[in-house]
Amino acid sequence: MATTTLEPRAETYSRSWVIDWLTTVDHKKIGVLYIVNSFLFFFAAGILALVIRSELAVPGLQFLDEPTYNQAFTMHGTIMIFLFIVPVLSGFANYVVPLQLGAPDMAFPRINALSFWLLPLGGLLIFSGYLFGGAAAEGWTGYAPLSNGVYAGGVGTDLWLIGLTLVGTASILGAVNIIATVFKMRAPGMTLMRMPIFCWTVLVTAVLILLATPVLAAGLIALFIDRNYGGSFFDATAGGHPILWQHIFWFFGHPEVYIVILPAMGVVSEILPVFSRRPLFGYRAFVFATIAIGLLSFSVWAHHMFTTGVVFLPFFAFMTALIAVPTGVKMFNWMATLWRGSISLTTPMLFALGFVTMFLFGGITGVMLSAPAVDFHLQDTYFVVGHLHYVFFGGSVFGVFAATYFWFPKMTGRRLNERLGKVHFWIHFIGFNLAMFPMHPLGISGMPRRIADYSPDAGWTLWNLVSTAGAFMIAISILPFLINVIATFINGERVGDDPWEANTLEWATSSPPPPYNFDKLPPIRSERPVFDLRHKHDLEHLSPEERP
Amino acid sequence: MSVEAPTSMSADITTRIEVAHRESGMPTPLVGMLLFIASEVMFFGGLFAAYFNARAGFVGEWGPPSPAPELEILPIALPLTVILLTSSLTMQLGVWAIRRGDQGAMRFWTAITLLLGISFVAGQLYDYSTLGFGISDGVFGTVFYTLTGFHGAHVFGGTVGLTILLARATQGQFSARNHVAVEAISIYWHFVDVVWIALFTTLYFLR
Repeated sequence: MATTTLEPRAETYSRSWVIDWLTTVDHKKIGVLYIVNSFLFFFAAGILALVIRSELAVPGLQFLDEPTYNQAFTMHGTIMIFLFIVPVLSGFANYVVPLQLGAPDMAFPRINALSFWLLPLGGLLIFSGYLFGGAAAEGWTGYAPLSNGVYAGGVGTDLWLIGLTLVGTASILGAVNIIATVFKMRAPGMTLMRMPIFCWTVLVTAVLILLATPVLAAGLIALFIDRNYGGSFFDATAGGHPILWQHIFWFFGHPEVYIVILPAMGVVSEILPVFSRRPLFGYRAFVFATIAIGLLSFSVWAHHMFTTGVVFLPFFAFMTALIAVPTGVKMFNWMATLWRGSISLTTPMLFALGFVTMFLFGGITGVMLSAPAVDFHLQDTYFVVGHLHYVFFGGSVFGVFAATYFWFPKMTGRRLNERLGKVHFWIHFIGFNLAMFPMHPLGISGMPRRIADYSPDAGWTLWNLVSTAGAFMIAISILPFLINVIATFINGERVGDDPWEANTLEWATSSPPPPYNFDKLPPIRSERPVFDLRHKHDLEHLSPEERP
Repeated sequence: MSVEAPTSMSADITTRIEVAHRESGMPTPLVGMLLFIASEVMFFGGLFAAYFNARAGFVGEWGPPSPAPELEILPIALPLTVILLTSSLTMQLGVWAIRRGDQGAMRFWTAITLLLGISFVAGQLYDYSTLGFGISDGVFGTVFYTLTGFHGAHVFGGTVGLTILLARATQGQFSARNHVAVEAISIYWHFVDVVWIALFTTLYFLR
């Protein structure tokens, strides 16, 4: 039997599309809601980035005063991380994972809808601080005692805490859903070791979210109690410990880094094989490397706290450097996949290659920072800001754009324009490097993060000016992207169900897929069932003994 | 283990796909509950970490700030512990009853569990009124009320779940084959009990 036939076809009924989207429990619509919502927050936080870079372009305070500047970088970091990168990757996971597993939906569709709708609510609460005397202003890390009732007396920080707790709850519920889906909803034949790599990375990410985010929630609630009910968790004058906040925040915060990067690694591992016409090199090694990164991520949090003087430096330095090993395995997998491949430089491929190179750069500066001697010099300088932007933006966000260009034809049936896509990529890539590379020399020469002004005698002006120009270049690169998305959505090239000749099950159904995903599934005998289906006649001229 | 019975919408494609993805092993709602509890373990882990951090670095005598009296297991804390432990037993008797298909016994034991749960929350609120210190009285007050308060909130959440179970049971919605909600709530109830054992030991014996 060639296929598993699922009959009869579903009958659909019509209703207002507004009601349909507001009440949907379809994982694909929820995935699209996640992605659209995340991009809106991306644009808002991106405007804040332009505000920050404009202020820093030249010495002196031109546009903002210091409290406003503090709010700007706090909101920029918080929104980018918690309301753009994490949810946009959750959106792709929501859309793609059930399709790749051959499942009709997620395990808990209504909880899925709840997870999504908590996000805009939490995000608006965080932003609403601007309406009530100023948003949170102590940085996205919210360090005590800066974030206590004395130094951050306004209601903005309370709204930040409530909003983040809601966003965290949404993440936890989403993680429960993903894990249950992976373990309970796979199609017949889809064993764990035949799952697409994207599903593996999303699974490990979900485990990290499930175990790390509740710890952050505990910390957020503790801080809320300190601020509002006279608690003293972080109050040294009443027996508490400000450093406890750092432990709690980074026990969550470092797994968070991998929550943000692993799904993007999964995206890239889907795209590189498709556009080099080769299977992913070392599938099993990649799976085990992903699991190893997940495990190690819980033992490195204190490398954010080297300079506090209360953590055991050799242990955390060693564990941190150790993470470079499984990450290096992945780099090797990707390069060996490309080696002698028949490479076509489509836009998703360009962004995937951008990910590999930029993430490599960010990874190397990460290993540099894992050495305490280096870290003591660079702690809280722009070098760290540059490092995290190469990982978050050069890594994850390039992965997000790769995913957008790659799966847009699946979501809409139309392919984004390649010419505009390449214009987007090159302006984006050059702008990104202009914006973020100068942060490294600035940091080495001592420029601290989170300052609104600097001396004209410090010698930092040129690099800051270059960085600001790069930031505006990134903003300009978003224009061809937006034009592309809107124009393609209205009147783009229709490209059929499988325009990339890809490997995984989402390409075995129509574009866009029907509400229940599949009329029929191809047999699943490897991690590339659609490739197997496309090439099932290739070996028929050989006798069974001659086949590989 | 129980399996959700197929719904009556036999023409609905989702039912057919569920058949193609026939459930084996643990029912999906139980998987979801166990994963949720894993996250709860980490949540309480964070709060316990805060407790021990405060405890380890505390200068002076650890305990309620003077002039409040020392914490004593009698007359309230120990009886509350007995009540909660008993409620775990009655919950499990209810689960065993519905596994046999005995709806009457399941309703009875669920109602008893609910009453015990409400007694625990009420007793804890009474206990708070007698302790003589508050959440803002130094770091001990903060960690004591945060930990016991979040545990109490979880017991309260459990009583809400039990109320829903009881309402559904009264309508005869559970059977020997179809009672995954009972299993899920019971796991949660036992978990809340285990948290209390850790909390009771930490607050009243490890001091």
